[in-house]
Amino acid sequence: MLQYIIRRVLIAIPVLLGITLINFLIIKLAPGNPVDMFINPNTPKELLDTKKELLGLNDPFFLQYFKWLLNLLQGQLGYSFSTYAPVTVMIGERLGPTLLLASASLVVGLAIAIPVGVLSAIRQNTKFDYLMTGLSFIGTSIPQFFLGLGLIYIFAIQFRLLPTGGMTTLGGSGGAWDLIRHMIMPVFVLGIVIAGKKVRYVRASMLDVLQQDYLRTAQAKGLHPFIVTNKHALRNALIPIITVVGMEIPLLLGGSVLIEQIFQWPGIGQLTIQSILSRDYPTLMGLNLVAAFIVLVTNLFTDIFYSAADPRITYS
Amino acid sequence: MGLPEYQLRDTSVQPVVYTDHVEAEIVEPGAFKQIWKRFVRHKLAVAGLIVTVLLILTALLAPIIAPYNPATVTNSFSAAPSGQHWLGTDQVGRDVLSRLIFATRVSLLVGFVTVALYVTFGTLIGMAAAYFGGWLDMIIMRITDMFMAFPFLMVILVVISVLGSNMTTIILVLALFSWPGVARLVRGSVLAIRQLDYVKAGIALGYKSPRILFRHIFPNAVGPIIVNATFGVAAAIMSEAGLSFLGMGVQPPTASWGNMLTDAQSLTVLTDQPWLWVPSGTMILVTVLAINFVGDGLRDAWDSRN
Amino acid sequence: MSLSSAGSPPNLPLLQIDGLKTYYPIKKGIFSRTAGYVKAVDDVSLRIYEGETLGLVGESGCGKSTIGRSIVRLEEPLEGRILFQNKDIAHQTQNELRPVRTQLQMIFQDPYSSLNPRKRIGDILAEPFLAHRLAPPSEVPRKVDLLLERVGLPRAYKLRYPHEFSGGQRQRIGIARALAFEPKLIVCDEPVSALDVSIQAQILNLLADLQKELNLTYLFIAHGIGAVRYVSQRIAVMYLGKIVEIGYKDELFERPKHPYTRILLHAYPAPDPTLRDAKRIRIQGDVPSPANPPSGCRFHTRCPFAAEKCRQEEPPLTGQVHAVACHFPLNP
Repeated sequence: MLQYIIRRVLIAIPVLLGITLINFLIIKLAPGNPVDMFINPNTPKELLDTKKELLGLNDPFFLQYFKWLLNLLQGQLGYSFSTYAPVTVMIGERLGPTLLLASASLVVGLAIAIPVGVLSAIRQNTKFDYLMTGLSFIGTSIPQFFLGLGLIYIFAIQFRLLPTGGMTTLGGSGGAWDLIRHMIMPVFVLGIVIAGKKVRYVRASMLDVLQQDYLRTAQAKGLHPFIVTNKHALRNALIPIITVVGMEIPLLLGGSVLIEQIFQWPGIGQLTIQSILSRDYPTLMGLNLVAAFIVLVTNLFTDIFYSAADPRITYS
Repeated sequence: MGLPEYQLRDTSVQPVVYTDHVEAEIVEPGAFKQIWKRFVRHKLAVAGLIVTVLLILTALLAPIIAPYNPATVTNSFSAAPSGQHWLGTDQVGRDVLSRLIFATRVSLLVGFVTVALYVTFGTLIGMAAAYFGGWLDMIIMRITDMFMAFPFLMVILVVISVLGSNMTTIILVLALFSWPGVARLVRGSVLAIRQLDYVKAGIALGYKSPRILFRHIFPNAVGPIIVNATFGVAAAIMSEAGLSFLGMGVQPPTASWGNMLTDAQSLTVLTDQPWLWVPSGTMILVTVLAINFVGDGLRDAWDSRN
Repeated sequence: MSLSSAGSPPNLPLLQIDGLKTYYPIKKGIFSRTAGYVKAVDDVSLRIYEGETLGLVGESGCGKSTIGRSIVRLEEPLEGRILFQNKDIAHQTQNELRPVRTQLQMIFQDPYSSLNPRKRIGDILAEPFLAHRLAPPSEVPRKVDLLLERVGLPRAYKLRYPHEFSGGQRQRIGIARALAFEPKLIVCDEPVSALDVSIQAQILNLLADLQKELNLTYLFIAHGIGAVRYVSQRIAVMYLGKIVEIGYKDELFERPKHPYTRILLHAYPAPDPTLRDAKRIRIQGDVPSPANPPSGCRFHTRCPFAAEKCRQEEPPLTGQVHAVACHFPLNP
């Protein structure tokens, strides 16, 4: 087991390096350079050239990459073009809200998907099953921004029950209730998207398990249906579901761009949009790296968890 | 699949009949006909297919169907739906219905072209990885890991902001970050099929590698690829809409369902002019839903073969 | 059965295997280095004579199928020679092998996975001719008809797909495909073990008829003595990657020399129930792992007659016509 973990971590290292290279490449494709952006057009050309030389912008591509990588290893992601603050600080401030939103949505999504999926499987081919399957399709097919706008229109504008956006009420006293009120709509939108996908996984996984011989044995032994479903079926059905939850992380982080824009949620998604508008490349580079790193780490954990949970998976 | 050219009528020879013969008189239709037969039983999938065909027709016939030129500014701004403008006009004074119709072209074009690009590329890469194995396989798999680690919409947004947003870039960038999924899927199926005896029989019969790969392995791996591609079209349409909504996709004056929704970020539009955002949002939902149903139907039709 | 079982002296060996080793690497550790080998086939020598059927029996996992797959080069042999028509094919490249493959064919165990489900029977049977350009395309349909006729299937079947057939019919198609090139040697890898008992006999009869008609040579692999007894002139018994006994069928059945052979024979019900249990010896324990075979005689861990010598020394395969690898052979 330990060997398996070490192996997975060692594989992740070249992948991480590749990610930094792709990331660096993307930003290098951008027109213009930091010197041109910082200094006003009247600065003499010689001064610009020395400045460029100083910043290493005339170095060959790979030398620039290695210098940048060295800084990265020391935890330095450079400084923002627009606020001049260290990129690490800027991302650090925004990461918390995004992770809060993502984890709350994941919990809500699964809290919907697991019972609905299990019930659909048990009542396979009933009206309930068809209805839920249909709804899950709508859940995966509805654009987040459309659903979000619709919710704002109904709950914030028509009924004035919830705030239109943000994370706290400006000038308000704050507190947990205020935060929750702001979270309800974005969490619901993301939760619906996740639930829509997961319902079908849970249902399929559960159906698969229900057809296994050991389950028929359990039923034939005359065990109470609740125990059969809960103890024998659900536990085995949930293992594959956990891995697909891991797969949701890149989508959740990527999706934060839309949801945070609609609900004015101060997370990394909103920061991405702001940085794009201000052509703040160091911040964008940092955002992509941090997000990719999170994805890599969660994938690692789901893999390890999966192999630990399912005795049939071999480690070598 | 057409009938082989040597289709002969069985005339005279009545061969020895063994007890294990199934007495079936009717020559069964081809494999694809069977898949079609199963697909037709899936009512939602058929509905999805009909809607998809209608959308394709709308896109093709847009100039004929649309009442106005989608870029022409009329003299009423933000006008509510009326007999003249069935879905009203936008803030610049363009006919919303006409824009909606023309935007079908953008969505379907992005959806189908993106998928055609990355499914072809991903399939070739996946087949190469599985067939050659060894170092090549390992390197390809690590590269897919790299691409799949980037949070999808976020990285696409960044790359497009760097390269500039136009239809070609959108398609290329979406494809660039979508091929790894197909490559892994194809690699997995090829590895599994390669172990089957009919492939071994092909090797024992001395068939060359390209024949085995393209005539024996690929046709049996094509089902999951087609299903994946169908869902991919829906996903690409959704991504384009998201990008355009954020202002990083298709740029006005070209109409796209996504960029038609952008205005709804202002509270006045959201509150007072629902004709500006409800129709385009609904179009995205209907299109994506229809294509997803088709994908689901195809998956079911293919699955029960095995 | 029309096959003559004894008497006539063997012809020239069509296939001669010398010291064949086929190992599978076991990957272990962080860098997947090769930690050891599963010795599926470990130093096996065999001769198959023209026109005969050599039966090869053993429990699952003993390496009998690996021998068959190594001969048709679906597995890569590590060491040893495989002389087919006096030419060593053990280490030829796939390109060099191509002409040999027309002479050397295989029938697979599972008739369900051995036919490409997306091709019509006619296409499956036409492909060998088209791929090797052995016949002008205009003649291929006639050849396909002939193949179907040979295995007793109606011509009209060529428009159908594999899933429309029963296991027995599929196996006939598999046989027809193997016959396309008019091969000399066919490796039959448990060709009937996936079929119903009633259909097994039909397939065995078909194989015997084809052997007579086309002067074929078979290596017939099976996990039980039943089918092998029916079709073979000579039988080789395998245990954990090694041949432990080989000889003419009647010899082997009447006077088995290796304890393992005797146990295998007794695992099948005797025709006369009163004779059962009389000389019965029982096998103990499970098959040891071929990755880590026992020292000395590989069978000693399960042999009722094992002595100290068996634990120490590996017995060589000795004897001319009836050979055995045992320190203390029965029926000497």
